[in-house]
Amino acid sequence: MKSYPYQNPSRATWAEDYSFLNNDINNEDGQAFNKSYLKVKDLNLYIHKAHILKNVNLEIPDKKVTCIIGPSGCGKSTLLKTFNRLIDDTEGIKYEGSILVDDTDIFDKKTEITDIRKKMGLLSQRPCPLPMSIYDNIAFGCKMHGERNRKKLNQIVEEQLKAVGLWEEVKNRLNSPASKLSIGQQQRLCLARGLAVEPEFILADEATSALDPISSKHIEELFVKLKQDYTIILVTHTLRQALRIADHVIFMYLGEVIEAGPADEIFNNPKQELTRKYLEGAFS
Amino acid sequence: MFSITVFSVLLVVLIGLGLYLKSVPIFEHNSFWHLITSSEWRPGNNQFGFLPFIAGTLWITLIAVILALPIALLSALFLTEFSKSYLKKWVFTALDILAGIPSVVYGVWGTLFIVPWISEKLAPHFVEYSTGYTVLAGGIVLGVMILPLLISLFVEIFSAVPREFRDASLSLGATKWQTSKHVILRKTFPGILAAVALALSRAFGETIAVLMVCGNLPMVPHSLFDSCYPLPALIANNYGEMLSVPLYESALMLAAFLLFIVVFIFNASSRAVIYRIERKFK
Amino acid sequence: MRLKFIEEKIAKGFMIIASLAVFAFVVNIIYTIFRRGIPALNWAMISQIPAGGYYNGGGGGILNAIVGSLYIVLGSTILGLLISIPVVFYLNVYLKKDSRLAYIARLAFDVLFGIPSIVYGAFAFTIMIYLGMHTSLGGGILVITLLIIPIFIRSMDEVAQQLPKDLLDSTYALGATKLETIKVVLRQIAPGIATATLLSVGRAIGDAAGVMFTAGFTDSIPTSLNQPAATLPLSVFFQLSSPNADVQDRAYSAALILIFIVLVISILGRLITNYFSKHKI
Repeated sequence: MKSYPYQNPSRATWAEDYSFLNNDINNEDGQAFNKSYLKVKDLNLYIHKAHILKNVNLEIPDKKVTCIIGPSGCGKSTLLKTFNRLIDDTEGIKYEGSILVDDTDIFDKKTEITDIRKKMGLLSQRPCPLPMSIYDNIAFGCKMHGERNRKKLNQIVEEQLKAVGLWEEVKNRLNSPASKLSIGQQQRLCLARGLAVEPEFILADEATSALDPISSKHIEELFVKLKQDYTIILVTHTLRQALRIADHVIFMYLGEVIEAGPADEIFNNPKQELTRKYLEGAFS
Repeated sequence: MFSITVFSVLLVVLIGLGLYLKSVPIFEHNSFWHLITSSEWRPGNNQFGFLPFIAGTLWITLIAVILALPIALLSALFLTEFSKSYLKKWVFTALDILAGIPSVVYGVWGTLFIVPWISEKLAPHFVEYSTGYTVLAGGIVLGVMILPLLISLFVEIFSAVPREFRDASLSLGATKWQTSKHVILRKTFPGILAAVALALSRAFGETIAVLMVCGNLPMVPHSLFDSCYPLPALIANNYGEMLSVPLYESALMLAAFLLFIVVFIFNASSRAVIYRIERKFK
Repeated sequence: MRLKFIEEKIAKGFMIIASLAVFAFVVNIIYTIFRRGIPALNWAMISQIPAGGYYNGGGGGILNAIVGSLYIVLGSTILGLLISIPVVFYLNVYLKKDSRLAYIARLAFDVLFGIPSIVYGAFAFTIMIYLGMHTSLGGGILVITLLIIPIFIRSMDEVAQQLPKDLLDSTYALGATKLETIKVVLRQIAPGIATATLLSVGRAIGDAAGVMFTAGFTDSIPTSLNQPAATLPLSVFFQLSSPNADVQDRAYSAALILIFIVLVISILGRLITNYFSKHKI
């Protein structure tokens, strides 16, 4: 069987430069010792009686980049949107099972949705700057959660813009409308906006598919850099992206999780026939 | 076919021109400025001060918009952001009924319900005596009449906002109301203004319902409980005498021309704005 | 932190109140009219014309107004259709989608749509004087036609714009002339024409300001275009202005009849749209 050319060059260099930060205390399956923790148990999701997600059982490793791969329409985006309960607004939605984030079931009636969403930062496919200035975009989340202190907001805005590498480009026009930025800058802005509320997870739904190659590369590099502090779950339509940056891979097909595991295991030695077929390009 | 189309388009120009030409005689004796700032309305003496009528129209349209705008905004937000789809159908049915009721029936409702309510229940708290035929009555009736237009326009505008904006805001942890307030309303602000302009232009021209409840006294209103005499009512009430007094006809035509110009400006500009907004979203 | 949840709850409360207010208004209006109108309603109202002294308490009914309104609506609907259908065709079949003339025309029709009926009345009045017409059935038809042409054009245009482009393309590909294409298009937008007609009829029947000084008012049923015609809205208005309480009651029942006719028309329109949209692609 053909061995997949799994090389994650960025990962290799990062490992060299930042090995002192790399938390190799956890094994490859990235469990339990750290704070943030996401576990899906027996999740079944129905939209208008159609069975969209079937018996999903997952554990997302902490502080790693997890890529969900699979052909279009297999439920990847739906799963992602379930993590921050954004699908609640869809008409005809019904779900069973539980998703545990830090030992709280997010489906529990007592949990506060806005708290859950604060923990999960979502980056959409199409960059969506809010109809306000660059500054206000980033400060938006904090303001909604009650932060009023001007100094603190300034600090947060600067910090997050630096974290995504936008600070130098926009520091002189923080009050200009965010819609004037280029599309790559907009996506980085949305990322900074999500980081401003101090999430534990970053959910990215095909976040680079609308961008040009250079901006895509920027975003991917950011993900790799950010995984030190956040758990990153990435839905990707292109296998190559997963090959580049994934630490952990989940393969889904028609609403079911076919296989999940560490990236080099899945890519070089897939256990399921379906996975192998997908990796070889039999369907997409 | 071409000629019919062109003719229909030219109709706009024809109406404006015709009305203007008919109003010209009155300008020979009075300047435009004098006409719209004087309060003396004595056609027999050739005194034509339009101020009371202009003021009356402004008062009742202002009140109508102040009353209708919050109700329209809140219910439109409710329908698009918060409610389930079956509720929408019910409210739209109610709105269709409201929109279809002829204006004379609104006038009847005004005289049967609103006028006595003001005269007996509301006014005693504020003034010594009021017949009920007041600016307030005109404003309330007019407000209910423009409600269906405002709500349907708002729902159209709010629904046109792409889902991603709501998703982005909710994902940051904002509540639905925070999203509506800070994102939806902000994004649709120009559309809201355009819709209000359209509703205003509709309100300016409403004749018979207002005529039946506003008192028809040519005085500049100083309080909500004064009577008034809006421009359309002026035209409608005095058509009979028009031909007997010289220049009266010209004065009434001027009133009609004023209405035409205002409606034209509001309509054309707000349609252009709405058209541009819809194009941006597509 | 808890503030935002309190704000949400309060906002939701206000929103529900606002939506309920809409229902409250509808119910109140219909209830008020029904309550005062039903007691005075009787068969004579719709089958007799006013006898002498009707407005002072004499006998008779409002048949003059019912028939007058009917004539005016009929005449103006026919005239309106004759003018609007060609215009809609021209805009959608002959002109290109983004032609300048089409844009200007649509803008003009939007403006015409927004012109209040009193302005149409004033304009039509000057035309009538110029032509030497007196207040008459003909004048009423003239005004209402002007009033409803923009309504026709706007609603039919909306339907016509949604025509699938392939429909036109395939008819041309089969070698049809523009005239034959029109027949095909007519078939497709027939439901749109029906709804537009009902919309316009509803509007035309209820309009008072336009006909006030163009159709005049009379107690008899007009037999020619030169005679004045009574209309339902004006009938309600004049009866209401009478000092006699019985006559005022009759005004309420006339209003009831008017509102009933309008509601029936709009329900009919709703049913027709639903019926046709079932068969749409």
